[in-house]
Amino acid sequence: MRTINKIALLAIALVLVVGAVGCGPKKTLVRAITMDQAAMTVDEMNSIAAEFMAANPDIQVKITYVPYESVRDKFVTSMAAAKPAYDVIMVDVIWYDEFVKAGYLADITDKITPEMRQGIFPAGFNVVTRNGKVYGMPWLLDTKYLFYNQDVLQQAGFSEPPKTWEEMVTQSKAIKEQGMMEYPLVWSWQQNESAICDFTALLFGNGGKFLDDNGKPAFNDEKGVAVLTWMKQTLDDGVTNPASVTGKEADVQDNFSQGKSAFMLNWLSAFDVTNYDTTVSSVTGKVGMTTLPVFASMAGTLKSASVDGSTGFSVTATSPNIDAAYKWLEYLTSEPVQVKYSAHMLPVWQTAFQGENLTKLVAATKGGAITAPMFAEQFPYANLRPLVPYYAEASVALQVALQDVLTGNKTPQEALDAAAAKWLELAGQ
Amino acid sequence: MPASSKTRHLSLRQQDTRMAWLLLAPSLIIILGITLQPILTTLYLSFFQAPLGINLTKTFVGFGNYWEMLTDPIFWATIGRTFYFMVVSVGLELILGLAIAQLINSHPPGWQFLRLSLIIPWAVPTIVNGSMWRWIYNADFGALNGLLMQLGIINHYVPWLIDPARAMNLVIVADFWHVVPFVALILQAALATLPVELEEAAMMDGANAWKRFLYVRLPLLRPAILVALIVRTVDAFRVFDIVYIITGGGPANGTLTISYLTYLETFSYGKLGGGAALSFLISIFTIATAFLYIRILYRSPEESR
Repeated sequence: MRTINKIALLAIALVLVVGAVGCGPKKTLVRAITMDQAAMTVDEMNSIAAEFMAANPDIQVKITYVPYESVRDKFVTSMAAAKPAYDVIMVDVIWYDEFVKAGYLADITDKITPEMRQGIFPAGFNVVTRNGKVYGMPWLLDTKYLFYNQDVLQQAGFSEPPKTWEEMVTQSKAIKEQGMMEYPLVWSWQQNESAICDFTALLFGNGGKFLDDNGKPAFNDEKGVAVLTWMKQTLDDGVTNPASVTGKEADVQDNFSQGKSAFMLNWLSAFDVTNYDTTVSSVTGKVGMTTLPVFASMAGTLKSASVDGSTGFSVTATSPNIDAAYKWLEYLTSEPVQVKYSAHMLPVWQTAFQGENLTKLVAATKGGAITAPMFAEQFPYANLRPLVPYYAEASVALQVALQDVLTGNKTPQEALDAAAAKWLELAGQ
Repeated sequence: MPASSKTRHLSLRQQDTRMAWLLLAPSLIIILGITLQPILTTLYLSFFQAPLGINLTKTFVGFGNYWEMLTDPIFWATIGRTFYFMVVSVGLELILGLAIAQLINSHPPGWQFLRLSLIIPWAVPTIVNGSMWRWIYNADFGALNGLLMQLGIINHYVPWLIDPARAMNLVIVADFWHVVPFVALILQAALATLPVELEEAAMMDGANAWKRFLYVRLPLLRPAILVALIVRTVDAFRVFDIVYIITGGGPANGTLTISYLTYLETFSYGKLGGGAALSFLISIFTIATAFLYIRILYRSPEESR
């Protein structure tokens, strides 16, 4: 090729490249990471992002969806780099202590308006506030409910769902004896956080607790041991599906929605899926929802005990686009957006539950008439897991203890004592 | 061009070696450049307690991390489990890989198709393989249960993965299915290059098929077996993704392997120092194993002639 042609070609290529790259207004990129299960569906989140981007043409939101078990590890790994891979992250209530101590989250106390303070449930701010500073926007206030198959219960001769765990086992045994299903109970006792969620509800339902007033482990006292013994007993009695030992909430939902179990513990989102979605559920229209039972010994004093599975959304401290990231956060957690997308999770705004707003909230989704009052009834009984910075490792120790008992390797007392010893060691470090 | 005075004094062998080093030099420089710094940083970190976090600081603990690992019963249980995985896995792969290689090498009708179809399990990404097997083993909806039920071998669905020992064996099966083609193809390639004359001579001396296999083929296959053994042993010892996908280390830590423990230590518990120490312990082991294999199995080309 002649030299002049080469130069001309090079010049054209350069102009094209620079033009393509430099053209148009530069968009600020906000990268978010969140879970792809429970609470909002991926489609709903994407719709919200699309609406936000339409209203804010200079900001682009890119969301990464991973299973819940991966969110924390993926985020923590990415924060080891100098430039964070994410600007916004969904933070589970049990991670806030660890993340605040590690300095990952931006302090947004100044951005909280008086409307937010008064409009959002105080429990919501408890999720995201540490040492008086606010490190995120409350996004989800969730707890576990008892779902039951109304048809199966009636066929077995029961008109009401159980009020105690013992009653639930009696009903399950009747269902099993009548040959209706092999395993009426299914749980999420896999070796990860889902097992601790179930254990929390059962522990507090027996009047137990994780830490005593001095902050020392108390879950290995006779109440905790009784709970774990009861869990193993339901397996041995053949009323709990053995697959529970390797199942998480998604598996529980699958099992229940195929009519293979009569009861399940699950988050609020499970109601819409199991009761209305005919593409995945064969028990649509038959699902009942009620508060979690307690053990008979607590029946007089405690109405219900469940686990607090709330989360917030936070901005990373070293994000290059903190303001744009916060704008996205504000939109995502705003009252109108939360009310509109309330099929699988209810708003964190108490104003949404008041007066006329409640009517609107109920009307916004198919299950609203059932889920909204249910939330108001159950959430006050939601119990937190210990808010300590070493929770990640402590939780694993307890998970292994539960598994050791459920697989028949250790007795409940042995296993819980071993876990308690580990907790003491971690607290001392 | 006349040879320079230097090269005239080098034997052909030495010239070959020098050429080999020259050709390898660019890649070696790049690889060392990319991997040396992380390796040295990891070694450095292993002597500190280094929690993950933006504003958290390191504290020097000398061999503290190593001591903590070596005195932790969970560490030893995990090593034991990983050894079990490695021995069973590699053993099965070698035996079956050799059998498949022999089969292909005997050129039965359709042997090209057989060799081609071997690639399929190997080509499936590990994550996909793991997900697939997790669904196969699923207690409520899995294909394994369905198959055994229809064959009448079981009369109700079995929750395969809830028993720690059984879960470990099933993970071995899942990994084995994925990896045996690799071993089979290496061995088959080696078999295809074996000189026929040696076997014919043995046949004429009256050796039966088994004796021929044991005394003629197997010794000639030594280099290929060595390669397969080293690669597979190191890989099996460091197994991580298939465990992560199928069982997440459970039930009751029944499938917790040493790589998984390192992952937990580093990223879940945020202890970079402990994780670095574990990484080095793993490396020491794998290097030692490679050395052992080479001592036992390697014969230089001159010796084997």
